[in-house]
Amino acid sequence: MKFAVIVFPGSNCDRDMYHAVTSSLGEEADLVWYEEANLSGYDAILLPGGFSYGDYLRSGAIASTSHVVTEIKQKADMGIPVLGVCNGFQILLEAGLLPGAMLRNKQLKFMCHQEKLVVENNQTRFSSAYTTKEAISLPIAHGEGNYYCDEGELAELEANNQIVFRYANNPNGSVADIAGIINQQGNVLGMMPHPERATEAVLGSSDGLKLFKSVVNHWREAYVAGV
Amino acid sequence: MLQASEINPEVIEKEYIYKEMGLTDAEYKHIKNVLGRRPNFTETGIFSVMWSEHCSYKTSKPLLKKFPTKAPHVLQGPGEGAGIIDIGGGQAAVFKIESHNHPSAVEPYQGAATGVGGIIRDVFSMGARPVALLNSLRFGNLDSGRVKYLFEEVVNGIAGYGNCVGVPTVGGEVQFDNCYEGNPLVNAMCVGLIDQKDIQKGIAAGIGNTVLYAGAPTGRDGIHGATFASEDLSEESESKRPSVQVGDPFMEKLLIEACLEAIHCDALVGMQDMGAAGLTSSASEMASKAGTGMEMDLDLVPQRERNMTPYELMLSESQERMLMVVKAGEEQEIVDIFKKYGLEAVAVGRVTEDHQFRLLHKGEVVADIPVDSLAEDAPVYHKPSKVPAYYEEYQQMTDYYPEDVKNYTETLKALLQQPTIASKEWVYDQYDSMVQTNTVVTPGSDAAVIRVRGTDKALAVTTDCNSRYIYLDPETGGQIAVAEAARNIVCSGGKPLALTDGLNFGNPDKPENFWQMEKSVDGMSAASLALNTPVISGNVSLYNESNNQAIFPTPVVGMVGLLESLDHVTPSFFQHAGDAIYVIGKAEAEFGGSELQNVLENKYFGKAPALDLTTEAKRQQQLLAAIQAGIIASAHDVAEGGLAVALAESSFGKQTGIDVALEGDAVTEFFSETQSRFLVSVRPENKTAFEEMVEDALAIGTVTDDGDYQISINSERTIEQPMESLKALWKGAIPCLLKSKD
Repeated sequence: MKFAVIVFPGSNCDRDMYHAVTSSLGEEADLVWYEEANLSGYDAILLPGGFSYGDYLRSGAIASTSHVVTEIKQKADMGIPVLGVCNGFQILLEAGLLPGAMLRNKQLKFMCHQEKLVVENNQTRFSSAYTTKEAISLPIAHGEGNYYCDEGELAELEANNQIVFRYANNPNGSVADIAGIINQQGNVLGMMPHPERATEAVLGSSDGLKLFKSVVNHWREAYVAGV
Repeated sequence: MLQASEINPEVIEKEYIYKEMGLTDAEYKHIKNVLGRRPNFTETGIFSVMWSEHCSYKTSKPLLKKFPTKAPHVLQGPGEGAGIIDIGGGQAAVFKIESHNHPSAVEPYQGAATGVGGIIRDVFSMGARPVALLNSLRFGNLDSGRVKYLFEEVVNGIAGYGNCVGVPTVGGEVQFDNCYEGNPLVNAMCVGLIDQKDIQKGIAAGIGNTVLYAGAPTGRDGIHGATFASEDLSEESESKRPSVQVGDPFMEKLLIEACLEAIHCDALVGMQDMGAAGLTSSASEMASKAGTGMEMDLDLVPQRERNMTPYELMLSESQERMLMVVKAGEEQEIVDIFKKYGLEAVAVGRVTEDHQFRLLHKGEVVADIPVDSLAEDAPVYHKPSKVPAYYEEYQQMTDYYPEDVKNYTETLKALLQQPTIASKEWVYDQYDSMVQTNTVVTPGSDAAVIRVRGTDKALAVTTDCNSRYIYLDPETGGQIAVAEAARNIVCSGGKPLALTDGLNFGNPDKPENFWQMEKSVDGMSAASLALNTPVISGNVSLYNESNNQAIFPTPVVGMVGLLESLDHVTPSFFQHAGDAIYVIGKAEAEFGGSELQNVLENKYFGKAPALDLTTEAKRQQQLLAAIQAGIIASAHDVAEGGLAVALAESSFGKQTGIDVALEGDAVTEFFSETQSRFLVSVRPENKTAFEEMVEDALAIGTVTDDGDYQISINSERTIEQPMESLKALWKGAIPCLLKSKD
């Protein structure tokens, strides 16, 4: 399986994502510079964390207007899995691929540490290797991770089982303890915690590896098995 | 308004304009001799920044020469952007520490942010990818609104810059003492990794080669920053706010990636950061080092503002700029790389053979200076030194012993809440410590540990400096600073390799201050030799005074060590119930400069704790050997607050308890800050092996699972506390101080 890791000016978790996929997961990945993007031939698209365009204006706002995001939307419409982590999640929100918006953390400070999460929905292609309500630990590292959506949107997210991860101890003020959500089609996941930082026990947690394994398992079942 | 550049040379001399720029009469005369004429306004400015302490080290050079700088594993010693050490396998670690004290005192967010940005550029200008940041910070006691503001904004600035550029901030230290109230210290250290074949140097070699300016355009910020950094802080310092630069970490991130791509081009000859004294220092130092000259046309320099004068262009300290020398005719290859990242790389001049530093502006020569006179041949001063009266008084005092300690539990609680000892989680939680996914040991331990990807090796990194000891006794204190840094590296499982020094002192024109500098450098040198950790880079920040009050002499030690295997990574906290607890080294009644003295007396006096370098080296070697043999479960150095505090700190990592029995004088056993001591835990099956390998180790108790802190002295149970309540005090102290009203 081949992953594209999109690199924007100011992305800084791009290599981490690349190493998680190639070293820990053992799959193929390319670092794809946003201007040179040709996304054909990739089985999944990863939007890494960082500070695209310095997060000037609003986190993810400038990157969301780039040509490559238009192409990512097309791929998403075709059912290609898209994962946005941290700044990647913010870009997906700004691009309208996922509902809601991101506010500054309620303490108004950047925070970085391991955070306990609960897997709310393991019936997705990103979470099938987890068990329902599995408690996992992933690092967070953000200043604007306070997820917000209005009541209608929240009701919809709940009704469609789109909340994939919730914080066990809400660190940033997110609505309904939301740490990660998926689109209705089930192929676009955005999350603030960093699964790519948690794929090796030596770094404190390997709980993120199951997320990537879920993606690979789904791809194998859906495409390879079918051939 | 008179354009500054229009002030003519005669007026500069007659009205002593040069003095306003920080040059002395003798220096001005010397410049006239060098040039054979009066310098014009631009030239006067150029000399003044290049001969400022910040750029020339004119006062500290004779002292810095004393440092041991060589060892087989040192690939690059002081003199380049950063020092380099061999870590085997064709790889090297590149590192340096730098101060940004003065800017941070007047504009803490930008002062700290640009300090981080500058030190990162020093590292990647060598061709290395920055892999870790550390910060050594000093503030006044957290009891005034101003100090709280400085503390919060400095941390915020470090976070704002470091998090954005994607270099993990993995460690450092923060200490609080009254002497830093008006003059906080902000020292930033960066560590990079490089394949030895990619090492770059800041040299302008090859006559006729092109000088390329890359990165952010030049604006009017930070003009004369280097001179500002070379004077005392005063009430008027607030008006020097325009001397403080403004950082753009996004630009820096792009610059990192572009420069690290450019180092793989054969076209690149040399590269240097435009740091202090901006274009002036980078250009003249590159030429001076290469034995060449340089000519630049200032009209070609990218500019952010209109009508900038040559003086402003040369003295601006606008951030995120890099100067490169590129083979003539091969510029486009480099220009294209920068273009990909949306950055300008513009040819602004060429390397000449006449050893002159020549600048053109609007068709006229606006500066023509022998290049060596700016860099290599800058003046050097041998300042007078004098033993301070306080030192002689302290040395003659009978040893200080805290008679007033009656309630050991309350004393322990008070110590745990001292901000210097208390948990720094409030600080480091704001730093991205994990980006790049190599951080094996995150902040809060003795040293941070960074894995070297693709190998089984790791780097241990730390900064240390107990300035209270150095104030009491600069020579012994200087030794202790190096020894403590090495202790922290050893505790984390690494072999100490080399250090970078961040020397922060008061005004060197005062002989007592200069004596402190001399003696602490002597002490650091002796310890560096004894522990085989040469000094490979560093920074000097003088004139750290506010309202005529100098800071404690604070020569910060940034140290890097190597772990040969990830198996050697050792936590600083206890691991399993049932493990035996040992303390290596015996406590003496040493309380001068201790945290307990601070708590009880609210000042420091008497003698600093003694240090025996032979004992120190032996204990470090034996403990490291035991760690490498795999028989140590945890290791922590005994530092501020003594053994009682170390035992608590080692218990806060996991939910363990301790049951410890000590013999002797309770105050000494609990709270003395005797040096060269370690607190370790060992699995029961490894006790015999441990005792064979490590001398001077005394078994004092066991790790328990009851979550209680229990100590008895001379068979009498003296302290018994739930660990959770102690931890809550330790963890809550700094947030609590910040929330409290003035």
